[in-house]
Amino acid sequence: MPANLVPSASEFLRISPEILLTVAGTLMMTLESMFSRKRTLGVIAFFALLGAIGLSVAAHGDPGAAFHGMIMVDGFTTFFRILVFATGMLTILMSADYLEKAKAESAEFYALLVFSIVGQSLMVSSNELIMIFIGLETSSIASYVMAGYLRADRRNSEAALKYFLLGSFATAFLLYGIAWTYGITGATNLSEIRRVLLSGQTADSALLLLAATAMMFVGFAFKVSAAPFQMWAPDVYQGAPAPVSAFLSAGPKAAAFAMFFRVALTAFEPVKASWEPLLWASALATMVIGNFAALRQTNIKRLLAYSSIAHAGYVMVALTAASETGTAAAMFYLAAYAAMNLGAFAIVTHVARRGERYVEVNDMAGLSVRQPLTAALLTVFLLSLIGVPLTGGFFGKFYIFKAALDANLVWLTVLGLLNSAVAAYYYLRVVVVMYMQPPVDEEMALEAPSAGIAATMWVAAVATVLLGVIPGLVLDFAGRSADLAR
Amino acid sequence: MHQLWLIPALPLAGFLVNGIFGRKLSKPAVNAVAIGSVLLSFLWVVKTLLALGPLESAYTESYFTWIQSGIVNVGFDLAVDRLAAVMLLVVTGIGLLIHIYAIGYMSHEGGYYRFFAYLNLFMFFMLILVMAANFLLLFVGWEGVGLCSYLLIGFYFLKKSAGDAGKKAFVVNRIGDFGFSLAIFLTLVTFGSLDFGEVSAKAATMSPETTAGVVTGICLLLLVGATGKSAQVPLYVWLPDAMEGPTPVSALIHAATMVTAGVYMVARAAPLFNLAPIALDVVAFVGLITAVLAATIGLAQNDIKKVFAYSTVSQLGYMFLALGAGAYSAGIFHVMTHAFFKALLFLGAGSVIHALEGEQDLRRMGGLRSKIPVTFLVLMCAAVAIAGVPPFSGFKSKDEILLAVHAYSPWMFWVGVVTAGMTAFYVFRAIFLCFFGTYRGKAHPHESPLVMTLPLGVLALLSLGGGYINVPQYLAPVFGQPNVDHDMTLVAISVGAGLAGIFLAWLFYVVKPELPEALARTFSAPYKLIYNKYYVDEAYDALVVHPLRDGSRSVLWRGIDAGLIDGAVNGTGALARSIGAGLRTMQSGYIRRYAAWVVLGSIVVVAMVTFLGGAR
Repeated sequence: MPANLVPSASEFLRISPEILLTVAGTLMMTLESMFSRKRTLGVIAFFALLGAIGLSVAAHGDPGAAFHGMIMVDGFTTFFRILVFATGMLTILMSADYLEKAKAESAEFYALLVFSIVGQSLMVSSNELIMIFIGLETSSIASYVMAGYLRADRRNSEAALKYFLLGSFATAFLLYGIAWTYGITGATNLSEIRRVLLSGQTADSALLLLAATAMMFVGFAFKVSAAPFQMWAPDVYQGAPAPVSAFLSAGPKAAAFAMFFRVALTAFEPVKASWEPLLWASALATMVIGNFAALRQTNIKRLLAYSSIAHAGYVMVALTAASETGTAAAMFYLAAYAAMNLGAFAIVTHVARRGERYVEVNDMAGLSVRQPLTAALLTVFLLSLIGVPLTGGFFGKFYIFKAALDANLVWLTVLGLLNSAVAAYYYLRVVVVMYMQPPVDEEMALEAPSAGIAATMWVAAVATVLLGVIPGLVLDFAGRSADLAR
Repeated sequence: MHQLWLIPALPLAGFLVNGIFGRKLSKPAVNAVAIGSVLLSFLWVVKTLLALGPLESAYTESYFTWIQSGIVNVGFDLAVDRLAAVMLLVVTGIGLLIHIYAIGYMSHEGGYYRFFAYLNLFMFFMLILVMAANFLLLFVGWEGVGLCSYLLIGFYFLKKSAGDAGKKAFVVNRIGDFGFSLAIFLTLVTFGSLDFGEVSAKAATMSPETTAGVVTGICLLLLVGATGKSAQVPLYVWLPDAMEGPTPVSALIHAATMVTAGVYMVARAAPLFNLAPIALDVVAFVGLITAVLAATIGLAQNDIKKVFAYSTVSQLGYMFLALGAGAYSAGIFHVMTHAFFKALLFLGAGSVIHALEGEQDLRRMGGLRSKIPVTFLVLMCAAVAIAGVPPFSGFKSKDEILLAVHAYSPWMFWVGVVTAGMTAFYVFRAIFLCFFGTYRGKAHPHESPLVMTLPLGVLALLSLGGGYINVPQYLAPVFGQPNVDHDMTLVAISVGAGLAGIFLAWLFYVVKPELPEALARTFSAPYKLIYNKYYVDEAYDALVVHPLRDGSRSVLWRGIDAGLIDGAVNGTGALARSIGAGLRTMQSGYIRRYAAWVVLGSIVVVAMVTFLGGAR
């Protein structure tokens, strides 16, 4: 059957976004010296991502599997592809000015970002454990480097080292879980695994299979910063450059959740009953740890890191629900979360100024007087993170807890809502500081936001409010795409 | 179409203009925008209600489908029925008067435009709350008014107590909102809809056996939400502290409108509450306890705004008592008359405070009758209204409530009567301490400007004559005909209690001013108890706040958030100089500890899945 070895045109179309980005990234690395102005490379990366969005939409017109079922293009894939590409574009807008001030703008950064996104795009489109692993590693290794991008800044180095060591550790668990799964089922393709599990051939090795799923859970939970594997997130988010922290909390996390959902709800859905209690406990612990530890943070990056853990907990609730409504809710939530968190981090990047000298919550004092518009937009993002109505964050939580109730997770819903009630307190503290404390004199004046930061702020704010007022825009698509190809 | 959306949209436009350009606008321009938007909104309400005519059933306008996914289908719908009509008139009418008053009161304050922007934003959310046709939209307004309330309580943010009060209001209200949001979810799961009309229709057709438990649950959760917003036991503690905000805010948000949102919400959900008699009983009990508790505390407060604040809590308790007794229309009637006289009491108190250059302590007032006669006159109108002296507005609505309560449970009637007596006593105590006797302060009192006294005059007329607006009759199509016969004996008893309260206050604070002192000494233990507000704040601190704070510090902060970024992996010296250095840092405390965590966590996870899963 030699004919099978030549992929068809539509198979190429289905991975065209990854191809485009890989080519763009490689060219950027090799042709760096041709551009004296490094900003041009950022522009190239930006338009490459824009092109990738176009190709994703085109590929969506011809959905299906590609390359012997390794890639699966369905609505779910398209949704997350566009989400990570858009996250990447906003990250570029946010970073350009930051890097210039740090005198560190280079092809390396933009190429790494693009490569990391290629990995995430693969993660969300793979239908095969080995491909998932390759995507995950592509994304992670690039992210490790980005976390330590400003080599001269020791905070960066420390963050990168911690991220790398712990990340590799967790990846090993994932790989071990994959190996066991292959040993038991003889397959790495998700649909194939599902078929084998449903056929009942694995009844003899039920315990081994459970251990394999548990080990894969360790790897996934680490990547989405779910308890008990959340401890790296605060250190990494605090230490990494602010735009990179923004990126890590939105793009890689969304992609990791996408693969988590796909693996859990397709391949391992037949053994749902055995992992449900684990997800339940992990979701609850993640919410509690994130929200309560955030209560006492004084560094705003660290506060947002704990907040991102808490939000991962809410998405875990949707995963625990293990239903189509749960998947749709999680998709909506991750999109809303990306918008509001990128917006919040953009403003943190802006207020932190050169060398990130102002990253305490108290450094926000008097922002409402100095730059009322910036303060107002940050308030919108924080209100959305709290989950106040008319913002995307509200509907995100609403759908998730609705899905959880539909799945009869009454206690998880009650405790989750209680958690989100607590959460309001630490976000509000930032608002209080901005609006109710007089500005302090600082040695470094706060300039007007750069064009890139301003653009990020506004795009994120419009998206946050739009998702709150007309959630149907995204939810309809999410609802139609939640039925994962099995 | 009657363009209902214009009613909330006008104040929203006012907020946007003042919020964005306010800093550059002159004061008259800010005034014109703020007052103008509310005035137009009020006129639009009047115009719409005239155009809608008798309004026997609800009139709804759907703008767009807000959510549609699976069985959830929620529209962005505004609706007006007779209940909403009463609330709309109260909110926009009183709101307009208070906005006008605020021009005078806030004229010397910093952040003038900001104040009016927040006030307009509040009006927007309050109007959304009142006109919402489903629970979700009501929740939008509900959260929104809360937000504006915190912003305005903390308006004098240079004062630490103001910031603390704002936070307290926020945190306490979160507990209520938690209950409310659970109620919304439960409603959605039970009825598959959040639309008021649809929910009550479905609830009515379901068999009692299937609904009994779950409807009671929904109603109790709604009540949790209402106790937060409407300052009922056990969540009332934020309202007295909220008086840190500017006085017009106290009058508008913390007396006349926002705090009655809980009453409105319960009345809105009346079709559900009627199916849950147990929940109704709980509402009545909560209301009664709140009414008594707050009234007794009010007896011994010295801050004029605090007296009126506890009075508000107590009167809100009355309204809940009415709701619990099934007399929804009487409750809403009291919402309206209370809005008249309590707004007047606060604005009058504001006028006194304004005259005395910020003095709020009753012990440093006195003899102001002749110095600020207009203020004195209007406050007397409010006082006779709240004390239940016939034929003024408070008498009419309180009478309606007490008669309904008597039919529901006679002993509650008697407790209500005693509370009415206490109400009359503490209000007149404040009046006598403030206006009679000799002046005990140092400021030079001066009457307030016309822009402040004019709204006071209008409110005084409403307080006196507002009782003749027959709200219960008007609301009959919504809640059914009130079937209480006016037993003159009962009426006489409640009026007698009010008059007795006034007489005692007169005896204590005008005839024999040394008497209260002596009484406080004789009954020092109970006096201290109410003076210190039953130590409820202290108890909450000790039982809830401290354990939570210390718990999160010791367990979560120290235990889980042990890591830190110090630029040199946890103090082990410079890193990444070479691979060797990189390896050495692996030996350093925290990374090793983290790795241990990962291993430990993995063992737990694997064990949990294998054993729990395997056991099935």
